[in-house]
Amino acid sequence: MTVTPPPEILHAPLVVEFPFTRSLGPVQSAFLTGLRERTVLGVRTDAGEVLVPPVEYDPATAAELRELVEVGATGTVTTWAWNPEPRAGQPLTTPFAWVLVRLDGADTALLHALDAPGPEAVRTGLRVRIRWAAERSGAITDIACFEPYESGTAAETVPHTGEFDDPVTGIVAPARLDYTYSPGRAQTRYLHALAERRTVGERCPSCAKVYVPPRGACPTCGVATTDQVEVGPRGTVTTYCIVNIKAKNLDIEVPYVYAHIALDGAGLALHGRIAGIPYDEVRMGLRVEPVWSEDGRYPDHYRPTGEPDADYDTYKELL
Amino acid sequence: MTPHHRPAREVAIVAFAQSHHRRRTDDLSEVEMVMPVLHDVLRQTGLKASDIGFTCSGSSDYLAGRAFSFTMALDGVGAWPPISESHVETDGAWALYEAWVKLLTGEADTALVYSYGKSSPGSVRDVLTRQLDPYYLAPLWPDSVALAALQAQALVDAGHTDENALAAIAERSRTDAAANPHAQLPGTRPQGEYVVRPLRTGDCPPIGDGVAAVVLAAGDLARELCERPAWIRGMDHRIEAHSLGVRDLTDSPSTRLAAERAGAFDLPHGLKGMGGAPAVDTAELHAPFTSQEVVLAKALGLDASVRINPSGGALAANPVMAAGLIRLGEAAARIHRGASDRALAHATSGPCLQQNLVAVLEGDPRA
Repeated sequence: MTVTPPPEILHAPLVVEFPFTRSLGPVQSAFLTGLRERTVLGVRTDAGEVLVPPVEYDPATAAELRELVEVGATGTVTTWAWNPEPRAGQPLTTPFAWVLVRLDGADTALLHALDAPGPEAVRTGLRVRIRWAAERSGAITDIACFEPYESGTAAETVPHTGEFDDPVTGIVAPARLDYTYSPGRAQTRYLHALAERRTVGERCPSCAKVYVPPRGACPTCGVATTDQVEVGPRGTVTTYCIVNIKAKNLDIEVPYVYAHIALDGAGLALHGRIAGIPYDEVRMGLRVEPVWSEDGRYPDHYRPTGEPDADYDTYKELL
Repeated sequence: MTPHHRPAREVAIVAFAQSHHRRRTDDLSEVEMVMPVLHDVLRQTGLKASDIGFTCSGSSDYLAGRAFSFTMALDGVGAWPPISESHVETDGAWALYEAWVKLLTGEADTALVYSYGKSSPGSVRDVLTRQLDPYYLAPLWPDSVALAALQAQALVDAGHTDENALAAIAERSRTDAAANPHAQLPGTRPQGEYVVRPLRTGDCPPIGDGVAAVVLAAGDLARELCERPAWIRGMDHRIEAHSLGVRDLTDSPSTRLAAERAGAFDLPHGLKGMGGAPAVDTAELHAPFTSQEVVLAKALGLDASVRINPSGGALAANPVMAAGLIRLGEAAARIHRGASDRALAHATSGPCLQQNLVAVLEGDPRA
């Protein structure tokens, strides 16, 4: 048992990226299809207010809303904020104003960007118009941004069926967030040891269980696991399954065996792939040892040691 | 207080603990960050994890960038023998609300509530855009400062504040934070450049990592665990329309309604207030931006007699998902140590104060 100072904390880029696919209801579909056709639609509430952007249920009464009207492509800034450093994904790459714009004929405001030379050119009450994107697909980004437009006359609302050829019925909203993942002290120690082809667990000072891989806490006792214990390298298969479906981007022939392996000295089993033996000969109690990956940073899989099988009693508590 | 508002069972916050909030905690996993705070809050009561009737936590996977990230932090609780546990994917103030309801029903006598936020691995301004309406807002990536700045400009246009008044809120908050050993930004600092105009660096909260935890207890047990329990006399939370262009950004009717339902406008000894200012001596307001304090103080009718954010508030430490629970904890701790008799605590979530929770906390009368 040793207590060593924490090594340098590891970091790695972590990218979370989803192309969220969302369906549209009748009002949102009409609105976004309308943007594709350079037509801005709002929805009228029972109280006679016109909501732009439109929603399918009245935010005040929850009544279903379906009465579409066309509003102007010009409007008035109701509030604004100057953005000196645009961030990734925002509508403009040069400094711009975020604006809430009440389009002519509407009673509520739409959030978007305003292209203006500087904050001195923006004020609440400024008249603006839509600058349409050159290529439009039926999305809020079909409005490229707003631009100042002092000479406009306010448009009246016009009833609209909301019907278009080839209506947009869904959107794909890609989202990407970039993180720098840091695993903390316990997992950093574990990963550094793996790179030296050692497997290090941590013992709970309260219940004495040895966790592999360690996460820094005993989930049973709720206390820090600070004592490091080298375990393995050999271990015992406690249970296993046979995988018959090939995973995407995984260069392993099926069927193969995925197993729980209790390394000698560990208080619980970790999981790993078993190779070096026909898949249908893997069994509970099989003694195995790690085979390190080519770059030597982690066990690629485990293979039989050739020892006699372990007695059930020696691992039954670790199932 | 009127019987209408009196909960069926007396429940109090009996202990509060928090981490030292820091810009980064690369050396700590979530559970390594959470565990010392859980140990601290339990030590204050003398309870063991196995004594706790109900455990509830608040956090967000989007901060961690990993699904079910709260299950890892749960390792710090000690979940064997099996415990009664729940999680909310928002600020821990709402976890406290869930725990309070659990205690009111009599299903538990004690509760451990904790929440944590580790903002440092990602870009929290961008991360928070993912909570917006996915059809009309999220594709434009309007970050949290930009949305707060729209609200700030609306306040300036309406004549409710100006840049000097906002700077004074920042100055007061961070001066107060100098006495708070947990604060990330203790002491005054320059207002700095515009981040998104009209908000300057000083108007914005620090980005950081942190943890908070409280213990709740019911009835006489609360008196055994704490010399002066902070009784929860009422608590309520309300939400407004998600579309920013539908709302009056200069007001917070949801905060006012939650406060009313929590009994904040009732006088403490049975007389109903006249709809004026709440009869409290302290208000811990979850206002990450200076301009949001203006909105909240106006919505609640707080006057100069109420001590606002003596802890320094979210302008001094804003661990996302814990900052609201910290407001409840700070208000309770002030009652525990006799610095307050009746406090209002507020938590928010969502852009421009979209969702708001208000609790009214009271200490027993002193001789």
